[in-house]
Amino acid sequence: MILDIAREQVLERGVGLDEAQTLEVLRLPDERVDDALELAHEVRMRHCGPEVEVEGIVSIKTGGCPEDCHFCSQSGRFETPVRAVRLDIPSLVEAARQTAATGATEFCIVAAVRGPDERLMAQVREGVKAIHDNVEINVACSLGILTREQGEELRDLGVHRYNHNLETARSHFGHVVTTHTWEERWETLQLVREMGMEVCCGGIIGMGETLEQRAELAAQFAALNPDEVPLNFLDPRPGTPFAGLEPVPAMDALRTIAAFRLALPRTILRFAGGRELTLGDLGARQGMVGGINAVIVGNYLTTLGRDPQEDLDLLAELSMPVKELSKTL
Amino acid sequence: MSFCPGCGKSDAGHESCVRPLDPPRFCIHCGRKLKVQVLPTGYVATCVRCPT
Ligand code: SF4
Repeated sequence: MILDIAREQVLERGVGLDEAQTLEVLRLPDERVDDALELAHEVRMRHCGPEVEVEGIVSIKTGGCPEDCHFCSQSGRFETPVRAVRLDIPSLVEAARQTAATGATEFCIVAAVRGPDERLMAQVREGVKAIHDNVEINVACSLGILTREQGEELRDLGVHRYNHNLETARSHFGHVVTTHTWEERWETLQLVREMGMEVCCGGIIGMGETLEQRAELAAQFAALNPDEVPLNFLDPRPGTPFAGLEPVPAMDALRTIAAFRLALPRTILRFAGGRELTLGDLGARQGMVGGINAVIVGNYLTTLGRDPQEDLDLLAELSMPVKELSKTL
Repeated sequence: MSFCPGCGKSDAGHESCVRPLDPPRFCIHCGRKLKVQVLPTGYVATCVRCPT
């Protein structure tokens, strides 16, 4: 059966499950989910090690985005409670400092845009430099679709990782976003790789996709081979087209975590948005011993997360050391 | 008059509007949308009209 195959193929040989095999894991009955998580944990420990990468994120430009991603409360096309706001540079540096104080090695600057304009690039330029001058932390960015010149500039600024999510399977993308294409996102990801920055590319589970499409997304991640995959679970936001969707049931979320780890044995697989809603406190533990090896600590872009100390205490209890900065440079 | 920080409306019975993982989104004094900057370890919510 699929977990026996995965043990030999993924754990022993380090070859991730293909799309059809991933689908088999996603279809496992509830009583086999613990076995899948256990194997995913073994795979993570063997191929990635016990360390956990801790990251904080902040929005430098919130709301007012021209795009129509149906899950997003920052789209200017939907009547949501989010009002546009920009973060000033001293507050950005302070946010990086607070993030570093949690032991995090990664700080990701995020903007709600289709792609950066000159005003945003100027803000990022100044912000990245100020963080590098004042805080010991790796800086990542998530600024949407990039031109080649912008990619080169971010690399030259010392941005070591760039996040751009595929969000969902290619076959489902048109049901989630209509203002840009999956292919445009893919092209930016290729550009990021070409520029020599680490590629961070995640998705959101629970946007009406089928299990087949979840497996498709895992296979598309595997084809991209990103350094990091942040796994989000839909938090249905008021005013968005997806406001009425139900959160992913905890068991499905855990099955997805195990399946994605078995499809991506060496990737940094990060617990990102929606985990508190979908999995609660118990789920954080189950995920950490089920294939996850990175967390976003603290708050998200427009919503709040767990107290960072709760996650750090959990890692200490599980004897999972936080990855140190020197090992990430 | 006070307004719900979750939906901005003034009538009572909005206990479920503000979920534990949401910062306030509307001014409780005037019902306007707040400017909310979420930070890694907190948030700042300001009303463009009402003093904080
Ligand atoms: S591009 Fe980003 S900020 Fe804009 S609507 Fe889509 S997810 Fe939201």
